[in-house]
Amino acid sequence: MAATDLDMLRERIVPAAGPATVSHGMLAFQLAPAELVPTVRRLRDEFAFDIFLDVTAVDWPADALRFEVVHHFYSTRHRARVRLKTRVAESDAVVGSLVGLYGSAAFMERECHDMYGIGFRGNFDLRPILLYEGFVGHPLRKDYPKRREQPLVPYRN
Amino acid sequence: MDTAYPNPVRSIFEPALHDDSVIVNIGPSHPATHGTVQIIAELDGERVLRTDVHCGYLHRGFEKECEDHTWHNLIPYVDRLNYVSALVNDFAYCDGVERLMGIEITPRCRYLRTLLSEYSRLVDHLTCIAAGLMEMGAMTAFLYLVMIRDYMYEHLAALTGARVTYTYGRIGGLARDLPDGWLVRLEEILVQYEEFVGRVHALVDRNRIFIDRLRGVGTISTADALSFGCTGPILRSTGVPRDLRKDTPYLAYAELDFDVPVGIQGDNYDRYFVRMREMDESVYMMRQLVQMLPAGPINVDDRRCTFPEKHLVYSEIESLINHFKLVMDGPAVPPGEVYCAHEAPNGELGFYLVSTGGGVPYKVHVRSPSFVHMGAASRMLDGGQLADIVPTFGSINMIGGECDR
Repeated sequence: MAATDLDMLRERIVPAAGPATVSHGMLAFQLAPAELVPTVRRLRDEFAFDIFLDVTAVDWPADALRFEVVHHFYSTRHRARVRLKTRVAESDAVVGSLVGLYGSAAFMERECHDMYGIGFRGNFDLRPILLYEGFVGHPLRKDYPKRREQPLVPYRN
Repeated sequence: MDTAYPNPVRSIFEPALHDDSVIVNIGPSHPATHGTVQIIAELDGERVLRTDVHCGYLHRGFEKECEDHTWHNLIPYVDRLNYVSALVNDFAYCDGVERLMGIEITPRCRYLRTLLSEYSRLVDHLTCIAAGLMEMGAMTAFLYLVMIRDYMYEHLAALTGARVTYTYGRIGGLARDLPDGWLVRLEEILVQYEEFVGRVHALVDRNRIFIDRLRGVGTISTADALSFGCTGPILRSTGVPRDLRKDTPYLAYAELDFDVPVGIQGDNYDRYFVRMREMDESVYMMRQLVQMLPAGPINVDDRRCTFPEKHLVYSEIESLINHFKLVMDGPAVPPGEVYCAHEAPNGELGFYLVSTGGGVPYKVHVRSPSFVHMGAASRMLDGGQLADIVPTFGSINMIGGECDR
């Protein structure tokens, strides 16, 4: 991405939490949960971020806002990536879903829901994808012990 | 949740579309789904009305396990993501850790990594095309391509000591330098590759059966491919020349001369041809790289990540302690987070790494192209024939190890 485009993006998208930071060559925005979907819509429509790459979360158990939901986007026009970070509390671990904006959101949000138990408002198909029906807990949370055993799924007929 | 588990995966086709439509399970263990994946298809006769793709049968807690090992110990583990082109995973992961540590690798290492990445791409595409052709009955073409692939596997084994999962990358360098005569043998293999790929072109490209099975089948539009996050050959087959090696050059790609082949309409035939042409470009790049390969060390001289030489470990206390700390505590990676993406044979392979300082990663997340492509698979399968599922699924080249992690 040309420096001017990057600066433009940085100046024009200023979330409530403050301006973007640049980490290892990538713009990163800290957002409030309510800002997520409108910001993504602007990224897609005004700044040509046409590929939704990835969504995952980072678990910080000591913090009040425990989960940091991380979205990555790529623009084939600007050849640049941008990262959005949204902090949510464990009691209200829900962010807006991007299914209305990107087709890839449906699958990737299911994985994030499996692993961290993050809810995505608007995604009505959050069935397990990498795990299975009957799996108890969310394995990538820091308080899920690595060696925990799961209940046996009974035989089906 | 229901206590009686009707199915380990819930089907979303509960009210069927028509009274007389049939719901069939293809997979999870089916000869045509090379990889363990389940496709639930609702059929009207032979026509596929809608599909629901389920993966996860190969899930083994990769990301959880990563949080329990040192940065260095993960190298054999990332090999098992896309086990057909394990070197690309190695180098993408090491590149991510090196960016966190602020390390610049040596020129020889940079060119060698580029060379081996392209070699891996060649192996991966050969496997994908060979398997796809075999499923349509082209056994001769399969044997030609897999024979060449096996020469390559043995050749890589001569370098790395392993046939498939190489564990060859190191943070800040590589495991060892090229053995004598390795580049001579490489050129021999490339010449044979050209001969046999030429034969496959002659057997297949204008073959009526082949064209009927692939032309206009499994089509995906550019808009859909972008919306569903497709990258790599699938996106390029729709006519978008989007390639990370050109767009955001890493390793030594900025210094190489190569084209980005694209397709026309995003069907199976285009995906076949994009892969065939990409292999030719890889060979072209590898020949350039052999000429450019500089002499010099392959590992950076950085005590935070590079192991001291063995004779020093046995003869001086500083190196012994250094070795001990690197094994027990792991490389000292400063706090930070990085998203590092390489153009893997299947598309954008991204590593999102979070470090809180110290020798063990806080989080490792893999953006695997196969997983994202599985989300787009329904777009390519719906509306086609039941028999088309096999070549279309083959052309997506889903790799279970990477998809399910």
